[in-house]
Amino acid sequence: MSTYLFRRTLIAIPSLLGISLILFTVLALAPGDPFEELATNPNVPAEVRLNLRAQFGLDDPLPVRYVRWLAAMLKGEWGFSFASRINVDTLILQRLPTTIFVIGSAQLLGLLLALPIGIYSAVRPYSVFDQIATTFAYVGFSLPTFFTGLVFILVFSIYLEWLPFIFRSDLSATGLQWAWEMFRQSIMPISVLGLFQGASMTRFVRSAVLEVIKLDYINTARAKGLSEWVTIVKHVVRNALIPVVTLVALQIPGIFTGAVITEQIFRVPGIGSLLITAILANDTPVIMAIVFVFSCLVVLFNLVADIVYGWLDPRITYR
Amino acid sequence: MAANSTASGSLAGTLPLPRHRASDSLWVEALLRFRRHRLAMFGALALAVIVVAVVAGPFVYRVPINEIDFKAKLQGPSLAHPLGTDDLGQDLLARVLYGGRISLAVGVAAMLIAISVGTVVGAVSGYGSGTTDHVLMRITDLFLSLPQLPLLLLIVCLFRDMLKKLLGPEAGIFILIVAVIGGLRWMPVARLVRAQFLSIREKEFVEAARGLGVSPLRQVIRHILPNAVGPVIVAGSLDVATAIIAESSLSFLGLGFPPDIPTWGRILFDAKDNLDFAPHWAIFPGTAIFLTVLSINYIGDGLRDALDPRKVIG
Amino acid sequence: MDEHGLRALIREVEAGRLSRRVFIQTMVGLGLTAPMAAQMLASAGVAQAQPKSPAFTPAKRGGGGPVKILLWQAPTLLNPHFAVGTKDQIASRVFYEPLGSYDPEGNLVPFLAAEVPSLQNGMVTKDGLSVTWRLKKNVTWQDGKPFSADDVIFNWEYVSDPATAAVTAGPYKDIARIDKLDNHTVKIVFKNPTPFWSAPFCGATGMIIPKHLFEAFKGAKSREAPTNLRPVGTGAFKFVDFKPGDIVRGEINPSYHVANRPFFDQIELKGGGDAISAARAVIQTGEYDYAWNLQVEDDILKRLEQGGKGRVDIAATGNIEHIQLNNTDPWTEVEGERSSAKSKHPTLTDPAVRQALNLLVDRASVQEQIYGRTGLATANFLNAPEKFRSKNTRFEFTIEKANQILDQAGWKRGSDGIRAKDGKKLKYVYQTSINAPRQKNQQIVKQACAKAGIDIEIKAVTASVYFSSDPANWDTYNHFATDIQMYTTTMTEPDPGRFMDQFTSWEVSQKANKWQGRNKTRWQNTEYDKVWKAAEAEMDPVKRAALFIKMNDLVIQNVVVIPVVYRPRVAGISHRMRDAVQSGWDVDGWNLPYWYRQT
Repeated sequence: MSTYLFRRTLIAIPSLLGISLILFTVLALAPGDPFEELATNPNVPAEVRLNLRAQFGLDDPLPVRYVRWLAAMLKGEWGFSFASRINVDTLILQRLPTTIFVIGSAQLLGLLLALPIGIYSAVRPYSVFDQIATTFAYVGFSLPTFFTGLVFILVFSIYLEWLPFIFRSDLSATGLQWAWEMFRQSIMPISVLGLFQGASMTRFVRSAVLEVIKLDYINTARAKGLSEWVTIVKHVVRNALIPVVTLVALQIPGIFTGAVITEQIFRVPGIGSLLITAILANDTPVIMAIVFVFSCLVVLFNLVADIVYGWLDPRITYR
Repeated sequence: MAANSTASGSLAGTLPLPRHRASDSLWVEALLRFRRHRLAMFGALALAVIVVAVVAGPFVYRVPINEIDFKAKLQGPSLAHPLGTDDLGQDLLARVLYGGRISLAVGVAAMLIAISVGTVVGAVSGYGSGTTDHVLMRITDLFLSLPQLPLLLLIVCLFRDMLKKLLGPEAGIFILIVAVIGGLRWMPVARLVRAQFLSIREKEFVEAARGLGVSPLRQVIRHILPNAVGPVIVAGSLDVATAIIAESSLSFLGLGFPPDIPTWGRILFDAKDNLDFAPHWAIFPGTAIFLTVLSINYIGDGLRDALDPRKVIG
Repeated sequence: MDEHGLRALIREVEAGRLSRRVFIQTMVGLGLTAPMAAQMLASAGVAQAQPKSPAFTPAKRGGGGPVKILLWQAPTLLNPHFAVGTKDQIASRVFYEPLGSYDPEGNLVPFLAAEVPSLQNGMVTKDGLSVTWRLKKNVTWQDGKPFSADDVIFNWEYVSDPATAAVTAGPYKDIARIDKLDNHTVKIVFKNPTPFWSAPFCGATGMIIPKHLFEAFKGAKSREAPTNLRPVGTGAFKFVDFKPGDIVRGEINPSYHVANRPFFDQIELKGGGDAISAARAVIQTGEYDYAWNLQVEDDILKRLEQGGKGRVDIAATGNIEHIQLNNTDPWTEVEGERSSAKSKHPTLTDPAVRQALNLLVDRASVQEQIYGRTGLATANFLNAPEKFRSKNTRFEFTIEKANQILDQAGWKRGSDGIRAKDGKKLKYVYQTSINAPRQKNQQIVKQACAKAGIDIEIKAVTASVYFSSDPANWDTYNHFATDIQMYTTTMTEPDPGRFMDQFTSWEVSQKANKWQGRNKTRWQNTEYDKVWKAAEAEMDPVKRAALFIKMNDLVIQNVVVIPVVYRPRVAGISHRMRDAVQSGWDVDGWNLPYWYRQT
């Protein structure tokens, strides 16, 4: 196992390098110019734009830029945002707490909904409960978050006037007041995202549990006189978790990049909205930093998932 | 008992027995089982109705999709406009019917691409393991971490005009959209299939098949894949919805169909700003997407239950 | 309208038979700007209108609580000389101020200046070579240091250093030198006669940053200045907190140089989201007090306003949404270049086709059905009115006439219904950026053209690509590699000189200038060039105005472009806010110190 881990980590380094090279190339080749807004402004002389491009090293050939980026990254320098003219790590750190709180809670909510609902649906397949859960899951999934978010705003903010729909990262209140305000402004973004994630997750949990629930050893466990509940939790769920773990491992890195649309709708200052503005403004250093951290997380969590598989099902071997 | 029956069934398949008849009856049995699956039949029927409606609908209901009539804008359902009109006074029924062709085709085609690429990558990776697994999984990681927006812009820039010239505007854009959506959605499927494979390839019945000298391809197709199909079916039915929605966001990058061609996702997006004043605009395309996805899901459930002899039909 | 007509109008104003406001509106309709119109009146000796004395005269500073402003594009930096977009200028303006700026009527009003220079008070010389500014004496920077002439001179030096790469460099490039007459007086000397002497140090690009904090960070080191992120200005609010792309917060400046101002104790600028929800937050729920640049369809705005907590405020600007017709051939490569200036468009160079297209743009419907109050189809841009506010020069929309013109010119309908002549079909690709109103506009034009036998293929390019300056991408508006395109040209300066150079022959956008030339249609006309050059050197504002009107006429008569609608600026303002007015010639919040809230 430890040699396996060691090997995997060793392999991760060249693959991350490869990923970063490809990312960099895609970003460099993708159309757009960080100073495009200046180009449409007749009062900004063209020389200014050219000077800016030169100052930020945009006119150098691609390999030179990549090596420069890599060297800086190795030294722990994340780069310098074209749009904000500050260090990228400062920008990301400002956004990190909000992102982790909102997106993390949403993922948690999704999981907390999906597990019991999915399991119960699978234990009683095609029951009334299952039918209702299925229908809701598909309603939730057919409606994109831009739509459900708007429905939430219309209902809770505009008609009922219960909740604010603009998320403020620095509330002026303190103490309990702060917690209450934070709670009020977070409900909608967390629910919209959590319900959307939960909807698809429910389906996967249900399907995975359904796969194992009719297997022999489950019947054996039942025959042993174990209670239904114990059987399900101890035998069924553990064996059904493999696809669920895979999905969770796929989604955790997503916490870092956030959820662009939900953040946009509720003005949550998360990394997702930072990424999308950076992409729209062609702010390459910011995009590169976020995406690269994201790919590291992807690689890491896929490794974690592989290890968890071995724990869930000891027969899985690593070669 | 159930697991044994699968194992012995597959054993039987590998023994020199009259094979055709065995598999014939397997398929017939599966079909029968599918037909007895009430929800699956409902799903198949509903999907058939939707397909017929969008394919034949525009020939029967001959209101043009782009007739602008400001006098009739944002009207609710009426005799003249059974589903109402949008903010340019265009008839929504005509647009939903016409848009359904594109949305359905895109949704199903992109789903098939995502599922097949994902299954192949996941299966090879999960069965092969070792170097193959590493290489394939690192490619998957790469695709997972690619920032989609710049990538899409790059693809538009590189391929749009070329495909348009090669295949004509409509076919070119269709292929591009399907390839892009499918090409960026297969990774979760690959990870899921691989995870299932890792577990199943160590199960007794696969061991048994391996011991009997069954070829790896046959092991995968006959023994492992059918047992790993659950998450694939779920992912498939969810991917249809994702693809239909994704298509609409692609048109906002200039990558989708031209803006005057309606699709379900696009109608839904256009409708959102008027949701409080003209809910009918959003309800119909939304329902259409929902019904399609739901029926595909039921068909998927039915297929899985029908193909798996262990399953009890409820 | 020529010089003569203009002078007649000015006399009318002088005699009191015509209001200033109507005069200015007419000039704007002719493609001029309000500041320019105000300048014409001033030069003719018509006294400047006294700025309306504010209805609210507070007895003390502060006490108003917080004011909350929504910008749906978030500010990303707070140095006005690096401001990439309006959002950054607005955020910088909370802390920094210019010498003077333009009110909604285009009058120059002082901020850091003690008085506004003019020919009358002798501070502007007759030859247009210099202008003297007297600065306010009681002004201090928010860190307590006094504001002086050195700061003004420093800003010019800072901006004109090419290594600084300041985006505000444009208005300062004609300055030869700045003389410090005393600690609070500067004399700006221009290289050439400059009719528009108030370009530097005024308005959105005129904000002044402190010398003592930026002196060490001029040129290549400019990006390292800590003050870039923690501004110290002269404005009504002091810096508290800034998260790029999210929020800017400020608190009252207790030593602000205007007595008893500002009213509000804190200010918050929240960014992000989209325009419609910003409109909802101000107009519908009242969560915020002011929302900037509401690019929302008017129908929706009207519905939100019903029984809401806010209203829509509309300010005239010189921005115009227009359709450009390509003079060159986008579909044939000449020396590796599509739309080469050496080629000629096979069908669009036929004046009949241009006239027909002009008749097929249903501006009335575009205004009525899409833009409403937020886009005005102004007939005046087409033909200068013979009489004031003439109604008889409405844009025409007639499919019949278009058909007639095309028939007469020999364009015959083929079996597919598309007109053709000599084997050349009237089939066009019509591109614009992705933006809901624009796509609707495209559909309206497409439908009308179809009825006249012209086939239009709609193409929409994502805005970040369409407006990019990437020389390698053929989808940009700079390359204009389609037959027809549409976008809004913004008039960011109160002087139309830079605006009108987009039709001169030396600005033709082509490979040689990496498609950075401003003339996208590649229309070339020697007469136009001559008139433009004459206007550059003309010191008499009235004669100059007449020259600009002449340029407009040339463009319109030749259907170089088809103007669609003027785009005024639209803001959402809470019903309780007072004096929060927009000026089309400066950014939102230009008069922030004077805002107050009715309780």
